[in-house]
Amino acid sequence: MTTARPAIVVDRLQIGIQGSGLDIVNDLSFSIAPGEVLGLVGESGSGKTTVGLALLGHARRGAEIKGGSVRIGDIDVLELDMAERQRLRGRVISYVPQDPASALNPALRIGTQLREILDTHNYGKNGEERRARVAEMMREVALPDTGRFLHNYPHELSGGQQQRIGLAIAFACRPRVIVLDEPTTGLDVTTQAHVLDTVRDLATAHGVAALYVSHDLAVVGTLASRVAVMYAGRIIELGPAGEMFQASSHPYTQRLIVAIPHLTGGRELVGIAGHAPSPGRRPPGCAFEPRCTFAIPQCREAVPDLRPIAEVHDVRCIRAEEVRLQAPTRSGEIPRDGSVKTLQPVLSLQGVHAGYRRKTVLHEINLDIAPHECLALVGESGSGKTTLARSIAGLHGDRWGIINFNGTPLAKVARTRPREIRRSIQYVFQNPYGSLNPRRTIRQIVSQPLEVFGTVKGDQIDRRVAQMLERVSLTAAYANRFPDQLSGGERQRVAIARALICEPSVLICDEVTSALDVSVQAAIVELLHSLQRDLGLSMLFVTHNLPLVRSIAQRVAVMSNGRIVELGGVAEVLENPKAEYTSRLLSDTPSLELALETAAVS
Amino acid sequence: MLERPGPAGGPARTGGIRLFILRRILQGLLVLVLVSIVVFAATQALPGDPARAILGRGATPASLAALRDQLHLNQPKVVQYLTWAGGLLHGDAGRSFAAQEPVSKLLGDRIVNTAFLLLVSGVISIPLSIFIGAYAALWRDRPFDVVTSLATLVFAALPEFVVGVALVVLFATTVFHFLPAITLIPPGGRPWDQPIAIILPTLTLVLAVTPYVVRIMRASMVEVLESDYVEMARLKGLPERIVLRRHALPNALGPTFQVIAINLAYLAGGVIVVEYIFNYAGIGGALRDAVFNRDLPVVQAIAMIIAGLYVALNLLADIATILVTPRLRTRL
Repeated sequence: MTTARPAIVVDRLQIGIQGSGLDIVNDLSFSIAPGEVLGLVGESGSGKTTVGLALLGHARRGAEIKGGSVRIGDIDVLELDMAERQRLRGRVISYVPQDPASALNPALRIGTQLREILDTHNYGKNGEERRARVAEMMREVALPDTGRFLHNYPHELSGGQQQRIGLAIAFACRPRVIVLDEPTTGLDVTTQAHVLDTVRDLATAHGVAALYVSHDLAVVGTLASRVAVMYAGRIIELGPAGEMFQASSHPYTQRLIVAIPHLTGGRELVGIAGHAPSPGRRPPGCAFEPRCTFAIPQCREAVPDLRPIAEVHDVRCIRAEEVRLQAPTRSGEIPRDGSVKTLQPVLSLQGVHAGYRRKTVLHEINLDIAPHECLALVGESGSGKTTLARSIAGLHGDRWGIINFNGTPLAKVARTRPREIRRSIQYVFQNPYGSLNPRRTIRQIVSQPLEVFGTVKGDQIDRRVAQMLERVSLTAAYANRFPDQLSGGERQRVAIARALICEPSVLICDEVTSALDVSVQAAIVELLHSLQRDLGLSMLFVTHNLPLVRSIAQRVAVMSNGRIVELGGVAEVLENPKAEYTSRLLSDTPSLELALETAAVS
Repeated sequence: MLERPGPAGGPARTGGIRLFILRRILQGLLVLVLVSIVVFAATQALPGDPARAILGRGATPASLAALRDQLHLNQPKVVQYLTWAGGLLHGDAGRSFAAQEPVSKLLGDRIVNTAFLLLVSGVISIPLSIFIGAYAALWRDRPFDVVTSLATLVFAALPEFVVGVALVVLFATTVFHFLPAITLIPPGGRPWDQPIAIILPTLTLVLAVTPYVVRIMRASMVEVLESDYVEMARLKGLPERIVLRRHALPNALGPTFQVIAINLAYLAGGVIVVEYIFNYAGIGGALRDAVFNRDLPVVQAIAMIIAGLYVALNLLADIATILVTPRLRTRL
């Protein structure tokens, strides 16, 4: 740990909902030394982005900074008026946004967007120096510094290039502090790894204090020297990265770690039941108490103080000492039937090609899925994995080659398949916010397949709907609600219930957890796993998340550029990858193991 | 540090835009040809006999036949169409049945008068509504926004003849008397010679168009102001005026251009009513008279002018949208 004077000190920061007494963020204090990266981890709704913006003295519509201080050097950002804050932003403290595609102005050339921050803050002596600085920044983020490249509009760049521009803008004026708000969400692992390297290099090279906001403990662990975990608007644990993973002392942190899929040694993921309370619904005591397995009556009395439990390690739990002793246990390996009997495959793909118009995106796919088997389909975006899943489901008609279902070839388009086959192959979509009709109740949504297939009639329908909802760990009471009254995880459960009510033999899950928080992801994976085991489903699990594969699948197919580059048992492929592409993917994937190594080295 | 090859970047190819404009102009001409067929067919389908309409009830069969012959009404329809359409290409819209003079001479001054009225209304209403819309979005849910929102709703709901008559009552006849109720342009005179007289017709048209454009501009601006890139611009420390002028406005204008074009084109229709109220000597009055007199060449000519205006305005709107939207431009 550096003992130098901190670059930024946040003290008792309080942010609330405008015009109400409700707090989004409460009593938040931390400091970051020059050159240090502090990770701020939390799930959606924890208030982490709100904190990041508040460091620049900015609050989004509806939010209001109510108290505390943010000191950079001798200046308290929150004391400044608007004009003074403007002079500070981008020059002394800068921001890297979550989604570069939407944070870069689509109507301005990237050169303009880089240059204007230098012009605004009068960087250097003259235009010549600023031009040189732009070129220098482009080189630092490993992009071409030619005028031709700077002439591009944001949409002409790839996602990774866009985020590099975001970094170049943020570092352009040599700020002392930089806030990175999930800058790698939505990027492929390879690109993510490169962007993370760039962040690390720039921060250490220029002695910049960085706050790295993320929902992903694994990413934060590989980058940050210290980690702060937020829950319901408060920091509940703050300590050195390594210690946070090995000796976490707050039950929430522990549960979060258990919910993260591991790259080495697959294990059953354990989700956290319930969800984080929103502002206004937070209990008077410890906010995690309702979901906590360590909870005792005293937990409800008052919000616990953030207190030291070890050197530079603070925790907000009255039972932290006991909790610490029970640092995350590695629950057992998934009981895996290693020798999947070579029964006749449920699905068999032979020489499948698929395309969009004249462009072929899938080449010569040969794949079998056995009964009761979960096959993971892994690849980066654009590798063709979703197209393959959609071709099997009959949602993508522009394909050729043979797809056999129980020995009989499937028609290309779902509409032309026999009803029985349509019933047997069900699809769960990536985004539960988009896949449920907002104007229909959960009962209508879940029971629709019954109407279509006409298998069940009358009051039997309600019974079946209730059964299905319970099957996916919801209650029958959900039937009368509308999707917008449900959280993301609950919606995805509804989508699964809708698929299950058909009693399918094959379930295709297309990135079903990528829109969800890790603890919710773990719970969904838990559910899918138990369904597969109990109902004997065959599953095609499409994902870009390699560690997740460990926790759910028996076999994995790695896709790249529309081809399957490797296919085999999960342990075999992840531990001894044969294909060069797989090893590269593995080495770029941030994981807790890597985080621990990094922490041990530093 | 290798980057996966992104889309090869270079400056936008201007040739793409030129081709696009050329293509759109050709499409516009095709539309005009189709419109001319429909207009011709529609005027042919009207009941009644132009010759009788011109000569009156007391005409003898012989004089009717002679006139029909003179007007080429006895030729096959296709030949009539081709003669008419061929004439249009040379700027010859035929002869008016009623006035017995070339349509171009009959309409020449009136086209200028109407064009001037439309131009003035457009020049006033477009910047005004963009400004009001943007300002309302900036002060969203504040008094200015609430009042504009209500006012635009009211004016959007009122037909222009109600607005026109109300303005006449308010400023010209009953309440105040400082503006003329009608616009008298002497033959050969120009509307810009009497600016006072065109205030009320212009105001009526401005009030007819502005509400729609204000509402779309406000909606578009609200969306842009909530966007990540505007937040990012603020977090870069840019002064608010640059945030608005450079980052917000250009992106909010794209969708607005389309609505402006549709509304201006609509003005060309609405102008007929307004010209009637103020007795303004434009093509609106001419169209009314021509329909009344069954003066087919004049009706056809005016229909073609309005269609041409529609095509031209939409073309301009598309080009303007393309110019402020690089994403569309580089795809060309």
